[in-house]
Parts: sequence; structure tokens; C-alpha cells
Amino acid sequence: MGLIDYLGLAAVQHALIAATLVAIISGLIGPFVITRRAAFAVHGVAELSFTGAVAGLVWANDPVLGALLGSLVVASAIGLLGVRESERDAAIGVTLAFGLGVGVFLLGAYHRNASAATNILFGQIFGVSNAQLVLLLVVAAGVLITMGLLYRPLLFASVDPEVAEARGVPVRFAGMAFLFVLALTVTEAAQVVGTLLVLSLAITPAAAAHRLSARPAVVTALSVLFALIASDGGLIVSLEAVQVKSSVFITAFSFAIYVIARVAGGRRRVWRRRPATE
Amino acid sequence: MADDPTVRLRGARLRFGERDLWTGLELDVAPGEFLAVLGPNGSGKTSLLKVLLGLRHLTAGTVEVCGKRPTRGSAAVGYIPQQRAFDRDAPLRGRDLVRLGLDGHRWGTGLPNRQARARVDRAIDEVGASAYADAPLGLLSGGEQQRLRIAQALLGDPRVLLCDEPLLSLDIAHQHATSTLIDARRRAANTSVLFVTHEINPVLPMVDRVLYLAGAKWAIGSPDEVMTSDRLSELYGSDVDVLRVRGRIVVIGTPDAAHGDVDGAHHHHAVGDDHERDHPPGEHRHGVQSWV
Repeated sequence: MGLIDYLGLAAVQHALIAATLVAIISGLIGPFVITRRAAFAVHGVAELSFTGAVAGLVWANDPVLGALLGSLVVASAIGLLGVRESERDAAIGVTLAFGLGVGVFLLGAYHRNASAATNILFGQIFGVSNAQLVLLLVVAAGVLITMGLLYRPLLFASVDPEVAEARGVPVRFAGMAFLFVLALTVTEAAQVVGTLLVLSLAITPAAAAHRLSARPAVVTALSVLFALIASDGGLIVSLEAVQVKSSVFITAFSFAIYVIARVAGGRRRVWRRRPATE
Repeated sequence: MADDPTVRLRGARLRFGERDLWTGLELDVAPGEFLAVLGPNGSGKTSLLKVLLGLRHLTAGTVEVCGKRPTRGSAAVGYIPQQRAFDRDAPLRGRDLVRLGLDGHRWGTGLPNRQARARVDRAIDEVGASAYADAPLGLLSGGEQQRLRIAQALLGDPRVLLCDEPLLSLDIAHQHATSTLIDARRRAANTSVLFVTHEINPVLPMVDRVLYLAGAKWAIGSPDEVMTSDRLSELYGSDVDVLRVRGRIVVIGTPDAAHGDVDGAHHHHAVGDDHERDHPPGEHRHGVQSWV
């Protein structure tokens, strides 16, 4: 079978749609993850989506639904425990440790399908059902709308919280809303690249974008673009290499983009500094 | 109307836990007036600004800003915080920071808008920051960042400008540039300035009146009236000496317990009275500097 034949398959089309949706929302939240130093929150939520997914498998035979509901629980826990920024990482660590323990316990109780756990950890994009695709679409639309509304005040609150508060931005509310958006996005991304590799879509593209521009809109656009290239590109290449999981290519593409951006962006930063010197 | 006070406090009291920060505070700030707010750490200087920003409520008494109860995010009030360096990789340029002062509190993404852009350009031009407004914010120096913060605060044409230690951690040249900009603005636009500071000397030529907060008490008046040994000794409840040296004011003997530090680092080193006040380790000023 050639590439064109593969693209005619419903499973591959579903996978491409899922990869595209996930790339868009991951690329969108990425710059805020970096500005708000929330990389550990991404990692924590991603690993805990394993627990949610296993719970979903055990009780409803639906890992995606389980992971999504679980992520909301996790976001609430992190938000409630880590009210102050200095407590946040500790709160994530506490939640992460306990949640993973629960996940391991649940996995011990689950015997039906041995590869299900591997798929959760490393991603299985080709098994997306119609119902899951619809769910993904709804979540992605929700994330897009919320981020659209939240964008300006969240940017203000992220870079300059003191002045933002003085100007009437609901700083805490914006932070909490972003945490929920992050949890949903990360859980969706975990379906594509797996919980262990989520950072390659939620952080790496944004980190690359940060090297290339300091304009908020450009950084966001580049971040989404890079996430799309990595996600869809990695998926398509993996069609030709059936024995390798698509997440391998996705993470590799994502990393390659970052390396290129770093090399290209280093020079640009030096060049940009010049007009600033007095 | 035009001469009505922009800030008015009556019988204002603010309690923090078990302790009164200040009580019975009566204050009228006139349009175009430059009021320096002095006092040791923990005397409620920043809390006063928070009350005027609508972020804190008085324990007792009334407060009005431009004739109304302060509300969060009021366009009548501009706010300049302490200089605190932005992240090197902050994903915004100088002009983006200024623009946030115009509409950063609104929901949505915002669209390119020629009128808004022109306003931002004008504000940046007024503070002399045009040369580096397009550079990444995180790569600018503290003084450059502070100019942009002033532009941001002035963008909405506030009638009251609240400044919380805007000179802290700036070198002397940038302290001068920053305070001169603020002074020029209040003269040109008749903006009231409330300027919280540890160190009065950089702004002494501009100050109309001083509000001195200490030991749950307060004093107000011209610098000559307030910055005297008698008045400050009364406020602190201990012997405090106020000296005038080469046109500068030096305060000696504010109690350690209150982390008293009126004249600031540059100054008291110059005068050589370090031994008068041993700053305990981890004291406020050092804590702030480690932030930067």
C-alpha cells in the first residue's frame, strides 16, 4: 500500500483529524505554558491522564472519557492546593505522586487488554472511534473559544500580574481557567503522542517559537504551525514505517524544529538588541 | 470641579491582622499635586495604594478617587509598580507591554487597530522609548523597562498616578530620568501623583507634600514641615534625627524593629552612617534586589 492508499482509509483520516485538532490546541496553549512556567503542570496532568484513562478503561471501557474527566479533577486539585505560585509545583508533585499510585493500582485490576496501558503511555492514534473524534472536536472547540476569550487578560496576567490586577484583570480566575484549558488540552494531546510524550506538542513548538519572535501573535501562530508540522508530519511519515509508533516521529520532528529555531533564533536575538542600546 | 481633590480619605483606618497600619487618616490630594508617601516597611504605604486601586477595603472610614469609590481597573487611575525585570524570553515587545495598558484587561484577542496603535506610539514617544519599543521586552535594561511602564500607565490619561517605589533598583541616572518624566506629566496634564518611596531625595525638588506613615500614626505637610526631628520622633516614638546635608535629607535613628529606611541605600552610604542602622539579614530591600 502506498501513501495515497493509506490516506483513503477511515482510520488514517480519523487519525489525521485528531492529530490536527490536538496540534492546534497544544500549539495555542504552549506560549502560555512557557510564560507561566507551567511545564511541570503539563507533565503532571499528562502523567495523571494515565490514571484517568485506566480508570475509564476499568469502569467504562473508554480511556479517553476517563482521562478527560480525570484531568478536570486533577486541575481542580492543583488549583486548590497550589493557590500561591510558590506552592504550585509542590501541589503538582503531591497530586502526581498520589494519582500515579492510584493508576498503578487500577492497572493491576485490569486484565482485559495488555497493550491498552502501553497505548496510553506512548500514544495510539489509529484507534480513534467516531464517538471519540466527536468528543475531541467538542473539547477542541471549547479550548479554542476559551483561549480566544482569555487571550489578552491571560497574557497581561502572565507577564505582569501586579499591574494586570491593578488594571482590573481577574488574575486568579484567569489562572484557574487556564489550568482547566491546559488539563483538557494535555489530555487530548496524550491520545496522540501518549502521556509520556505530551511535552513534545505542548511545549517544544512554543519554545521554538519563542526563539524566533517576541510578538505575542507571531509566537502563538508559529507555535501552532510547528505543532501542526510535527503532529501531522510525524503521523504521515509513520504511515510508511508501520513498525514504528507515530509518536516517535512526532517527537523527533518537534525536536528538530526546536533545534533549527534555536540556531536561527540565536543570531536574530543579537541582531535585535542593537536598536535597543542607547 | 477641576480643583476638587482627586483623592479623598476621611477617618480612614486600615487593619492588618491584629495591627492597625494607620487610623484616622485624613487626606486630600489636589489635581497636579505631587505627594510623596514615606515610611518604614510595613507601615501601609503600598496598602494605601491598594485601597486607591480598589484592591483592598478600608477597615473604617471613607475613600474617594475622583469623587467615586475606587473600583478595580478604573481608567482614572494609572499604576507604576516597582521595577522588576521581565523574563528574558517574555513573548512580547516593549510596545506590546504598553498596549496592554490600553486594553489588556478586556476579554478576547483584540484586533489590529490603527487608532490604538497611534495612541501607543504617542505614549512611547512621550517617554522617549521609541528607539527600543520594538525590541523584545526581556532584553531591555531596567531603566528602559521602567520608561515603558510609565508609558503604559499614562496611556489611559489617568487623573491620578500611583507609583509604588518606581525608582527601586534603578541607578541614579535612571532614577532621575524616571522621576523627571513623572513630574513633567503631572505638570502638563494636571495629574495627581502619589509616589511611594523609601528615599525622598531623588524626588525632593518635585514634592509638594509628604505623607509620612509610621507606627500606626501619620503626618502630612510640606517636606519642611514633616521631615523634622520633632515630627518624626513623635511618629516613631523614639529619638530620630533629621539632618539636611547638601540639600538632601538624612534620617538617622529610625528603629530597627520597623526596618526603618527613609533615606535609602545610596544616600546613607554616602554620609557614612551605616553603623546607625544595622539592617537585619533578609530585610526588605535585599529581598527585592534578589528578585531582579
